Amino acid sequence: MLTILAAEVGFKAPVLDYHALAPEITITAALLLVLVADLVVSENRKWIVANLAGMGLLATMVPIITLALSDGSHVRSMFGGAYVVDDFALVLKGLFVVVGYVVLLMANRYVEEGDYYQGEFYFLMLCSIMGMIVMASSRDLISIFVALETLSIPAYILAGWRKRDLKSNEASLKYYLLGVMASAVMLYGMSLIFGFTGTTVLADIGSAVNIQGPGGGHQPVVTMGIFFIIVGFAFKVSAVPFHSWAPDTYEGAPTPVTAFLSVASKTAGFVALFELIYVGFLGRSDVWGPLFGILAVLSMTVGNLIALRQTNIVRMLAYSSIAQAGFILVPFAVAGTSASAAKSALTASIFYLLVYAAMNLGAFSVVMAVARKTRSGEISSYGGLFEYAPGLAVLMTIFMFSLAGIPPLAGLWAKLFVFRAVLDAGTGWAVALGVIAGVNSVIALFYYSSVARQMWMTPVPDDDRTPIAVPAPLIAALGITASVVVAIGIYPQAFARFGDLASLVR
Amino acid sequence: MLSVAVFLPIIGAVVLAVIPRAREELLKATALLVTLATTGVGVYLLAAFDYGDSGRLQFTVNTEWIPVINSRYHLAIDGISLPLMILSMVITVLCVVYSWDHFPEPHNPKAFLILMLVLETGMNGTFAAEDLILFFVFFELVLLPMYFMIGVWGGPNRQYAAIKFFLYTLFGSALMILSFLALYFKGGNTFDIPTLIAQGGTIGHSTQVLIFAGLFMGFAIKVPMFPFHTWLPDAHTEAPTVGSVILAAVLLKLGTYGFIRIAIPILPDAAMTWAPWIGLLAVIGIIYGALGCLAQRDMKRLIAFSSVAHMGFVMLGIATLTNFGINAAVFGMVAHGLITGMLFFIAGSVQERFGTREIARLGGLLLQAPRLGWVLGFCVFASLGLPGLAGFWGEFPAILAAYEPAQGLQVWVFRTYMVVASIGTVFAAGYLLWMLQRVAFGTAKGEFEKSHIHDIHIPEYIAWAPLLLAIVVLGVYPSLLFDVTDGAVNVVTAGVQTLSAAR
Repeated sequence: MLTILAAEVGFKAPVLDYHALAPEITITAALLLVLVADLVVSENRKWIVANLAGMGLLATMVPIITLALSDGSHVRSMFGGAYVVDDFALVLKGLFVVVGYVVLLMANRYVEEGDYYQGEFYFLMLCSIMGMIVMASSRDLISIFVALETLSIPAYILAGWRKRDLKSNEASLKYYLLGVMASAVMLYGMSLIFGFTGTTVLADIGSAVNIQGPGGGHQPVVTMGIFFIIVGFAFKVSAVPFHSWAPDTYEGAPTPVTAFLSVASKTAGFVALFELIYVGFLGRSDVWGPLFGILAVLSMTVGNLIALRQTNIVRMLAYSSIAQAGFILVPFAVAGTSASAAKSALTASIFYLLVYAAMNLGAFSVVMAVARKTRSGEISSYGGLFEYAPGLAVLMTIFMFSLAGIPPLAGLWAKLFVFRAVLDAGTGWAVALGVIAGVNSVIALFYYSSVARQMWMTPVPDDDRTPIAVPAPLIAALGITASVVVAIGIYPQAFARFGDLASLVR
Repeated sequence: MLSVAVFLPIIGAVVLAVIPRAREELLKATALLVTLATTGVGVYLLAAFDYGDSGRLQFTVNTEWIPVINSRYHLAIDGISLPLMILSMVITVLCVVYSWDHFPEPHNPKAFLILMLVLETGMNGTFAAEDLILFFVFFELVLLPMYFMIGVWGGPNRQYAAIKFFLYTLFGSALMILSFLALYFKGGNTFDIPTLIAQGGTIGHSTQVLIFAGLFMGFAIKVPMFPFHTWLPDAHTEAPTVGSVILAAVLLKLGTYGFIRIAIPILPDAAMTWAPWIGLLAVIGIIYGALGCLAQRDMKRLIAFSSVAHMGFVMLGIATLTNFGINAAVFGMVAHGLITGMLFFIAGSVQERFGTREIARLGGLLLQAPRLGWVLGFCVFASLGLPGLAGFWGEFPAILAAYEPAQGLQVWVFRTYMVVASIGTVFAAGYLLWMLQRVAFGTAKGEFEKSHIHDIHIPEYIAWAPLLLAIVVLGVYPSLLFDVTDGAVNVVTAGVQTLSAAR
């Protein structure tokens, strides 16, 4: 049957580079193992499942490292250029795996003590991470879409994991409905692009879009396609005005899942945008340049201004992550000016994502640790934290001021790279964007420092000074994130190289 | 060696972080040891510095740091940075000594000392950095410790003051970093200050003017110049004594230092364009600060406003863009650091003894604590610019320099400034003597009539003696400092002089 089919359509089995696919294979094996183990392990020994998931992720890291260390230019292209493993893919796969591992550490006790389904939790989380790993290599409209759905669908379910909690249900439903709508919009855009170019491979789209003159890439249909695709992903990265789902979802979802959504899922959205913009649509910066400019300015400003008024720490972090997304979008807006601008813009965005992952996960880890005692998400419950939990207070201070971009912490360099990209473009509009970003970073300081103010300068609200017992996995998560934030802060070169290496722009 | 001077304090801070909180004596001893050792390095720098060639950058360390953005780890000092760095080292030691027995509420000497050491690294680093990004990191590094110092150990309105200080400075920094990056792209893809000084003149005039405006915002807020000064009185009033002292003595100088080290030498053309406006803001600051002083009821707030006035003199000296004016400015920076630092120490001690700093409630300090009263009188005279004390050599030459600004600047404008600034000195005498009269003379007011007021404590003696000595020595023999700074100032004004010669 298969041979007949192959003969009919001239089908040739694609050449598979198993080394290049090893990370995907490993994580798939791991998630299947988790699923099976969950069936056989008795209820009070579920910690085995958690450990299996963790080890699975660590094992996934191994082929990523061997691929990075292998000789040559690291570019392994498969399926006619639809699936590519290069430095860009490797850096981001590494990021996804590490982020996944940290989230797993954060989730460990939370899921166990909350009496939620454990095995399925880890299974779904690994599924989602698998989708992200695939996303990092996708260079094709269809594989991008498949990766997006693979990472999103488990996330919709995870958001509603506290199933007896109405807020969690709301979180899940909102996220699901808006996510599906975004997918639909995006697919429509993709179909327009496919209709015009006749191909789904991004590199080919890129050359088709670049054709000048009548019948070239400047037709309205291409403009529409690009516009719809960007709008679809704007939902995914929660850019204003497509952000309305984020605060409710973040507040309602279990905290580790919130951390996962705000870091990993958002990063995956940006990865897709990198691939689409820098490979596929680089020739049409007249469409996406201004669009990203508007999205960036709105996200930064609206996110920051609303964050100022929040009293709940998770909602505050939700709006802050909207504002941070605005910062990551800034380089996109100026990338079309020149080749060098595109390169430094991509470097800036990727570096920002690396730093953002570390500091945001760290902040959520502290939130979880503190909530273990206070059972509250109100910022006022952080009063006097320095008196009874100095370690956590210092860590939270580090994360908050890193998010605000105060030296010598990692956030500063992330912002600096963005400013650098903006000034590399050098146009008047770009400089104006830089000034807006600068003013926004001052506004942001106000609410980040208000958390620090609570911890250091106000008395303990109910005079309960019992120290907080932080479980070991959470300490590990805090340790990893804090050391990354401080290490990047002091010696950014080590990580800036990743951003520089991982360039899609040649 | 410079790396040691910069990073020794922060290593000390890490050591302190490890020592348990309960062992206070050990904490204090370690902090003192670290600051003394840092000052020891400072003494070495003083001894090994080549005074014959003070314009050259010395003790250079220059290695790769962040190749991706071409930023290098480049430290060096010249005749301008050396005295300021020594000032910051000495002030930190004295602050540790001063706080020995009286840490402000809520006590916690461990955290307080750690913050102080981090501050010192930031200050020393700023004075030594020769790379814009490195400069920026150190310049900002002082923010966090100062924010916590004010916010945790400060007065009743501390949270407001702390965040105001932070937001103001950060706003300036955001524009400053944009300007730094603009310099990078326009000035030949480098952050290296000496290289930029060599090439900066080639940037087009209108671009220079814009970049200078961004730098101006960053530095002027830190100085602070009128109208960006409003954070200063709040920060000073609410900060604990030691915080006020460091703020006045060193942190304000970071702003003026930025003008001298970065803005003027790299962008001489723009400096010429902006100088009259800077001069204008400077003299407004002088008069406004003085008038502000006359309206104050709180000792610390009065001294804070007098800082605005004094920094006005410094900025006037800088705005003349002459050798003479900038030398005066550097002298003014050091003198203001010593004198105003002392005044804040005294205000803190008064507060500790009387529980208030309200001038109207105080009186008769000379009777109750004669030594403290005399020291206050001494500092007041130094501050109002009495010849023979250090303050004089900051103010008088700055005014004189305005008589003959750099060629190409409008002479009549600066002569007007000169006249206004001279009137400012009269005001200064007015408000300072008025304060001295009400605090020190007369007899104690009713509520304090019976209370026993302790005269100067031992730690206070130790902390104050070096400052008082320096005020006299520099006042009597100012060449000590002028000789060091002059060579370096020549380098600063070189760009302006070439421009002047061309006109």
